[in-house]
Amino acid sequence: MSLLSPEILLVAVLNGVMVGALYALVAVGLTLIYGVLHIINFAHGALLTLALFAVYLAHSQLGLDPYLAAAPLAVLFFGLGYALQRWIITPASHGEDRNILLVTLGLAIIIQNLLLYLFRSDTRTIDLPYASDVVDLQITFVAMSRLIGLVGSLVVAALLWLFLTRTDTGRAVRAVAKERMGAALQGIDVDHIYAVTFGLGTACLAVAAALLIPNFYVNPRVGEAFVLIAFTIVVLGGMGSVPGALLGGLLIGVVESLGGLLLGESLGQLGIFLIFILVLMFRPQGLFGAKA
Amino acid sequence: MTKVLPGLTRRSVLKTTALGGVATLALPGYLRAQGAPIKVGILQPVTGALSYSGQQGRLGAEAAIQEINAAGGIKSMGGAKLEMVFGDARSTPDGGTQEVERMNGEGVVAIVGGFGSSICLAASQAAARYDIPYLVDVGVAETITARGLKNTFRFTAGLNQVVEKGIANLIALNESAGSPLKTVMIVHEDSLFGSGMAKALNDALPGKGYQILSTIPHPTPIRDFNNVVLQIRAQNPDIIIPSNYYNEYVLLARAMVQQRARPKAIYSILGGAASSPRFVKEFPDAANLVIDCNHWINAKNPRAEALKTKIESGGNFFTYEVFNNYSNVLLLADALERAGSADRGKLIEAIAASTFEGHIMPYGPTKFVNGQNQGAQPVVTQVQGGEIKVVRPEEFANAKAVFPFPPA
Amino acid sequence: MKIRDYTLIVAVAAALALVPLVVTSSTVLNFLVFTLLIALAAQGWNILGGYGGQFSFGHAAFFGTGAYATAILQTRYGVNAWAGFAIGIALGALVGWIIGFLTFRTGLKGSYFALVTLAFAEVLRVLANSFALTGGGAGVLIELDVRPENFQFASRAIFYWIALALVIVAMLISRRVETTRFGAQLAAVRENEAAAQALGVDPFWVKMHAITLSAGITAAAGAFYAQYFLFLDSGIAYGAWISVEALLAPIIGGLGTVFGPLLGALVLHGLGELAKYLGGAATGINLAVYGALLILAVAFLPNGVAGLLGRFRKPAPLPEARRAEG
Repeated sequence: MSLLSPEILLVAVLNGVMVGALYALVAVGLTLIYGVLHIINFAHGALLTLALFAVYLAHSQLGLDPYLAAAPLAVLFFGLGYALQRWIITPASHGEDRNILLVTLGLAIIIQNLLLYLFRSDTRTIDLPYASDVVDLQITFVAMSRLIGLVGSLVVAALLWLFLTRTDTGRAVRAVAKERMGAALQGIDVDHIYAVTFGLGTACLAVAAALLIPNFYVNPRVGEAFVLIAFTIVVLGGMGSVPGALLGGLLIGVVESLGGLLLGESLGQLGIFLIFILVLMFRPQGLFGAKA
Repeated sequence: MTKVLPGLTRRSVLKTTALGGVATLALPGYLRAQGAPIKVGILQPVTGALSYSGQQGRLGAEAAIQEINAAGGIKSMGGAKLEMVFGDARSTPDGGTQEVERMNGEGVVAIVGGFGSSICLAASQAAARYDIPYLVDVGVAETITARGLKNTFRFTAGLNQVVEKGIANLIALNESAGSPLKTVMIVHEDSLFGSGMAKALNDALPGKGYQILSTIPHPTPIRDFNNVVLQIRAQNPDIIIPSNYYNEYVLLARAMVQQRARPKAIYSILGGAASSPRFVKEFPDAANLVIDCNHWINAKNPRAEALKTKIESGGNFFTYEVFNNYSNVLLLADALERAGSADRGKLIEAIAASTFEGHIMPYGPTKFVNGQNQGAQPVVTQVQGGEIKVVRPEEFANAKAVFPFPPA
Repeated sequence: MKIRDYTLIVAVAAALALVPLVVTSSTVLNFLVFTLLIALAAQGWNILGGYGGQFSFGHAAFFGTGAYATAILQTRYGVNAWAGFAIGIALGALVGWIIGFLTFRTGLKGSYFALVTLAFAEVLRVLANSFALTGGGAGVLIELDVRPENFQFASRAIFYWIALALVIVAMLISRRVETTRFGAQLAAVRENEAAAQALGVDPFWVKMHAITLSAGITAAAGAFYAQYFLFLDSGIAYGAWISVEALLAPIIGGLGTVFGPLLGALVLHGLGELAKYLGGAATGINLAVYGALLILAVAFLPNGVAGLLGRFRKPAPLPEARRAEG
């Protein structure tokens, strides 16, 4: 079977979509935070690590299946994100973008190294009873957990979109994203909305962690692997755009997958960055973003 | 042993020790001075990207120091105890260099460790400025011992030794089964050791009747291995040769199980998990029958078994970083014993002249040429029934290889 | 240009030059050499990011090019180390020019500019890791041959003086930028590009000038790294670590100030050592303490160390405000 046969390419695209959906879920949180707060959140990767540890501990200590743990952990992480933004990031950064950069970086260093102190650097994995359950698609076997990851990511993105468009709080979030001053004049508590946004972004990570863990591992640095790619997706999709992040994630997943197939996994990473650079040069507002 | 110290008969020593604490008080001043602790620098990356290996390496070094001290310290130096001066290399060359400087300030007699090749290169060079003997624990880059630094020694196998033995043992295994396997795919991490290994395999194997279907480099960390497994399924090689770190190995193994990719043999060279007890414990099915050519203990040495038990009783895994560092500290203690002095120059001479055999590696007597131990060699292990067994070379084997793998 | 503009820099240079005569501890000297190296990379970043307001997350692209060029010219082409050093700086500046041309031409600003520079650095990292010229994954090792003509010295003090000299030159350049027409134009572009354009400034070429200068200075830090550690691989040369160090130091020390990068590098690395001391032997705790100190530093010094020092002086009118019309 040739490496470039239509079947292989089709499977590679499918792989890319499944991986990309999880990238998208990580990126959705980041883009939301960027869109509203206009900050580049350096703590996103560390918070993903923390979420993966939370899912791992829920499984190993409480015997909770990762998929069942997703909902309660999402609530918990919403609270964590809310608190971090409201009581640490805002007061410490005095509203300066460059200071937010430093504060989130500091948070990332703290989270990562406290985890290292508490759990040491061992790589941990969960071996779920259904880990090797697969669906036979004739051209390939696909692990059930990866399909769940794909569907779960799409559902979360859809729910988030509904929340932002159909609820009062969601509308307030979008109002603040669009026009901070105007929203404040209308009586919206901007600090509260900022914290809600950060909380939502962090809650997405908890769900992403639950969907990711059956096919991944946990250690104190694991989140780093997703940071760069998430930033790439955020920019590709247009900063602040939830549907953009979803489509950007899927696109990057497919590009990475095909790039890896054609150029090898190492050099294949180039595809991601070249697409990124080209898109920015010819369409700086991102593929799906409104004109800046 | 009739004469313990010059001028003291065995009997008189016994008599004084019978007096308890008085014995130490009664020793002449110069002897007590010699009994001052000997500071040994243990350099490991316990934070940053390499922190798991650093943590494991420290365990091994600590175990050795504890053992040596419990057995009476360095006898030629009045029973002086070893004292660990620990430094965190922070997984970077500059972090390693900074700690070497600090260790020099604290007066260490030697430094053991480094783990990563780039840390070892920088740290050994910094140590060379002060003539501090530097024992490389893992770093396999050939360049480490090719710089003509007199202070730098590698007791364990370098990349060339690993690759050479790895290829020879693969061919021997295949030949003893009647050479049924012909096609190969190499999956390797893209930094120093994986790339070096892949290049050597591509140079060596085609001439020996093997066909290399493809060589797939991948970055560390990588997020997904399904495309690599897709290629494995498409090309269906007889043998897969992975060479990478633990996390990537786990992802690869899991993706292979999920996609039902079953080669006739998995023969890793410096495979990150293939001879890791954690992998065997957590993924018994994926690990079963996996072969690895890597640093390993002499499984027939009872002291190796004792160390394993000790490490595991502390809730830790017995990995190559543990016994590599353990052995290096023992080697250092032997050199100190022979040098009879904490003088760095004398210690370098003593290490260079080492014929140390009291280690737990499958190496025989130590012999350094340009800082590289000539006797060092990797061995071939295979996971059988949840245990990591040595299958080659014959003299160290405690099980027979299952090769090729039986059809599922 | 007045001599007075430079007196403080010269005084600081003289004071710092005396350090190795007083401090003989190699531990301290090595620490200072590395801190100066970071300060140098940060001085470069500060030209573009501090004075020009263009935040780059990808100064590793310049650092790495300077480092690789110096190393490869020596090991592969037998070029003298000092000549290699100079060529490394030039090539770093060239990479800056190219990246600037591609990004500023299309008008990328703010976070977009930041992330696109990051992507360029990553592209270079992947390429350096894949091709034989740069040694691929095995990296490049410069042969240890301690002779002054090889830019290798037995004494840490000499490396210290060279690093210090480079940092001082970078400071003098920064000071010159502050006092010339170019600096005023750069500040105008930072504050309001459209307004600057209306005043007849061409923002594209001003930014091009800045990124080329900035890249050259950071490339010097990379070339110095190569000579000091004699080993490079793609993660060291083009890794995100140096991009982060180069931008952290000026932000902590004071953006768009002559002394900001040096102060910031000293504070950051000083905090690192303090954290090691406070955190003790427990793995991870020292870095967690470092993270906490970083946040506290931001919380209590929102305008950087230079901002704090500035409080004790009579605030001088900003040079850019003074000259923007001129």
